[in-house]
Formats: sequence, C-alpha cells, structure tokens
Amino acid sequence: MTASAAAARRVLVVVALPLALLVLWWVASADSQSFYLPPLSQILEAFASTWLGGRLVDDVLPSVARLLAGFALATVAGVALGVVVGSSRSLRATLEPVLEFLRAIPPPVLVPIFILVAGIGTTMKVLVIVSGCLWPILLNTIEGVRARDEVLEDTCRAYGIRGSARLRHLVLRAASPQIITGMRQALAIGIILMVISEMFAASSGLGFTIIQFQRGFAIPEMWSGILLLGLLGVILSLGFRAFENRVLAWYYGLRRAQRGTP
Amino acid sequence: MRAGRSRRLLGLAGLLGFLALLEVVPRVGLVPERYLPPASRIAGALADELRQPSFWVALGDTLEGWAIGLAIAFAGGIGLGLLLGSIPALRAVTSSTIEFLRPIPSVALIPLAVLLFGTDLRSKLLLVVYASFWQVLIQVLSGVQDVDPVAMDTAHSYRLGRWSRVRHVVWPTTLPYAVTGFRLAAAVALVLAVTAELIIGSPGLGKEIAVAQTSGAVPAMYALVVVAGLLGVGVNLLARTVERRVLAWHPSVRRDAAA
Repeated sequence: MTASAAAARRVLVVVALPLALLVLWWVASADSQSFYLPPLSQILEAFASTWLGGRLVDDVLPSVARLLAGFALATVAGVALGVVVGSSRSLRATLEPVLEFLRAIPPPVLVPIFILVAGIGTTMKVLVIVSGCLWPILLNTIEGVRARDEVLEDTCRAYGIRGSARLRHLVLRAASPQIITGMRQALAIGIILMVISEMFAASSGLGFTIIQFQRGFAIPEMWSGILLLGLLGVILSLGFRAFENRVLAWYYGLRRAQRGTP
Repeated sequence: MRAGRSRRLLGLAGLLGFLALLEVVPRVGLVPERYLPPASRIAGALADELRQPSFWVALGDTLEGWAIGLAIAFAGGIGLGLLLGSIPALRAVTSSTIEFLRPIPSVALIPLAVLLFGTDLRSKLLLVVYASFWQVLIQVLSGVQDVDPVAMDTAHSYRLGRWSRVRHVVWPTTLPYAVTGFRLAAAVALVLAVTAELIIGSPGLGKEIAVAQTSGAVPAMYALVVVAGLLGVGVNLLARTVERRVLAWHPSVRRDAAA
C-alpha cells in the first residue's frame, strides 16, 4: 500500500462512522412528522438563523466568557491553596476531612445558595463555576505537590535553590501533570455549571435561551441549541488537549524516554 | 499506628474548626445570617428534616435514580467496552465518534428530557446514564488495550475459546479499570441525579433544595445541601470499599494493605 493510500485509509476510519450517523439522521428524519423530532435539515436551518446572528454576541459569548473566567479563577485559587496545603503534612491532615466533604457536595446544589447571596447576575454564575471547578484542581494539586521527587527536593536544597525559583522549577513543575488532570476534570464540571446556572435562574445566556425555546415549544431551535452545546463541549475539550500537549510536552517526552520507545 | 492516630486527631480538629467557623462567622455578623445561618441552626433544621417522612422519600428518590442510572451505565459501558475493545477494526472505526460524543455535556439533554419524559424518573435516568456511561466505557476500553500480549498468545496456544479468553485473560486485566470507571461514574451519577431534580423538578433532594430556596427556608436549604454532601461522601466511601473488595487479589491493593 502506498503512503497516500494509507493516509486516505486513516482519514476514512476517522470520518466514516460520524458521517454515516449524520446521513442516517438526515435520511431517517427527512420526512419526520413527529413534533419532537424535526428533520435534521430544519434543525440546521434553525441553527444558522438562531445562533449565527445577534445571539452569538448576546448570549453565547458571555456564557463562554463566564465559564473561562470562573475556570481561570478556580485554577489560580486551587493551585495557590494546593501548594500551601500540599507542602505541610500537618495542614494536610487537618484539612483533609473538610476538603473531602466539600468536594463531595454535588456542585449544582450550590446554585440556590449563590442565588441567595449574589442574586442572579454575573457574579452568581461565576461563583458557581468557581465553586465547582475549585475542588478537582485543589485536591490534585495537593496530591501532586505532596508526591514530588525527593531526590530533586534534596538537590534543590543542596544548590540553595529556594523562594520563587524553587516554586517554579521544583514544586509547580513536579505537580503540573496532576494539576492538568485536575483542570481537565474541572473544565467538564464547569461546562455543566455554566449551563445549569443559566437554566435555574437567569435572563440571558446559552442555557437560559435553550430552556426558553423548550418552554416555547420552538423545537428545531431547541435542537439547534443542544447541537451548539455539544459543539462547545467538543471545541473546549480539543482546545484543552492542545494546551495540555504544549504544557506537558516535557512530561510526555520523559515518559516515552523512560519506556524506551522513540 | 501512632502517626495514624495523630492524623485522625488533626482531621477531627479540622472538622471541629470548620464547624466553629460556620458558627462564629454569621454570629459576629461577618456574613449576614439570612445568607449563612450559624452551624447550630443548620443542625437544628437538619434534625427537623430527619423527622419528616417527606425528607426520607426525597432521599429515596435521589438514591433510586442514582442506583438505577449507574447500573444501566455500568452494564452498558462494560458490555460495549469489551465488545469494541476485543475487535480492533470496530474500535478503530468507533473511536472518533466516541471522542466526539463524550465531551458533549449531558446537561445539553435537559430540554429534550423534559419534552420526552417530563419530571418522570426517566428524565433523570437519561441524564445520569449519558454522563456516567462514558466514564465506564473509556476506562474499560483502556483496560482491554492493556491486556498482556504474551498472556493472550498463551491462551491462544492452549486453544482457549473466545469466551474463555475474555473470561480468564481480558476480564482480570480490565477489572481494575472497570472499578475505576465505577468510582468515577458513581460520583458523576450523583451530580446529574441532583441536577435533574434541581432543574427539571424530578422528585428528590435537589427539588427539595429548590423548594426551600424559593420559600426562603434558608436553614433548611443549608441542611439539605449538607445531606447532599454527606451523600457524596457516602458514595465515595462505597466506591472505595467496592474497589478494595473486588480487587483484594490485585497487587496495587495488596501493597496498600501491607504498607
């Protein structure tokens, strides 16, 4: 098999099933009379007319901006707290049960609490996202900081590396694979919270708009909103993977070297 | 032994300190009491809740949705994972679709669930199953991939049939992964069960919390949030116990026990 044929085959393997499923959806729903399952062509039309106009700027982008703001705040707070707690054995032992409890609270139940405290504005939504994203990042950072390499630790001490240089090159570097794992979990939770904080009580945003469509029985529009949310999830996860490959390039390289595969 | 004991004492001190903080902060007015009632009043509201039959019904509803959804997702994830994992061609063809479907947030299905099932149990199940299924499937797929080729070749040369190969070679390797999948799925399932109750209004703890919030019963709302947290802790403990029980033979657990 030539190289181009092999490449074509690989592309085919990747796109074949998704394409087949889309075609199946298109054909199966083409003359659908069901009120709840409109033809895919109608959904796509609704998608273009609903989201590509003013709603993109008024509803979608603010939602995404809140998600990213909450996610960033949670990352900064989680890593900072995690470094402090992870560096001290007794602090870790003291806080562990409390953190286990706080992490175990399903984040959506905090939405009513934050509405009580902060109303239904932007503050509430960002707070909800922070409160859900914080725990995976915090607990993974603690774990990563705790399990850093002892030889590197001693080496740093012997060379008199301390302060911010030690923090940057030893502590954060050693914990970064764990931190990234925590961030990945947090992002998935963050998307959920972005949507439901808007569904529960809000006057704008992606989740609010989709629920409005459903309540108004605007079925193709509702389906297009579901598609948009799915797309958003996929885009964010691809973006995060690119970020991860960049930040952790050294780590994956190290692991490959240790396994002895090129 | 002594180190373990002082650890527990520190943990207890941490919990007590947290409770004291919750009591003092609203009492001295750092946060108004209508936003955060002191811990003692939350405890009082919790005691009231525990005496009400409706509370236990709600708790039962939440657990029912969680357990049924988790069971469906777990069985489906294992079945499909073993099937896709053991047939390389099938796995290659489906992997892009799985990668695409997995990050779709399950809350995107909320409007659909409401239209199709209303506030029925099935609404809750749709969300719970969709969210936790992927956790199990992904773990099982990586487990099947981890099977030792030498063991597989050995099984082939002993002429083990397809079923015995799955039973004696693939399954023992996959089991630790499946159990990890179970632990992740159990936590996610609880989050989605409560979400369905909160947003859709399916009966359960989440709905009670929403009702307490709209009726301004702030201490009761906090008490129910505490219950949800304890439920989460319980689910985590249960998952870890299952992990230790099921994998008692596995080196990773045996080492833990010896240490």
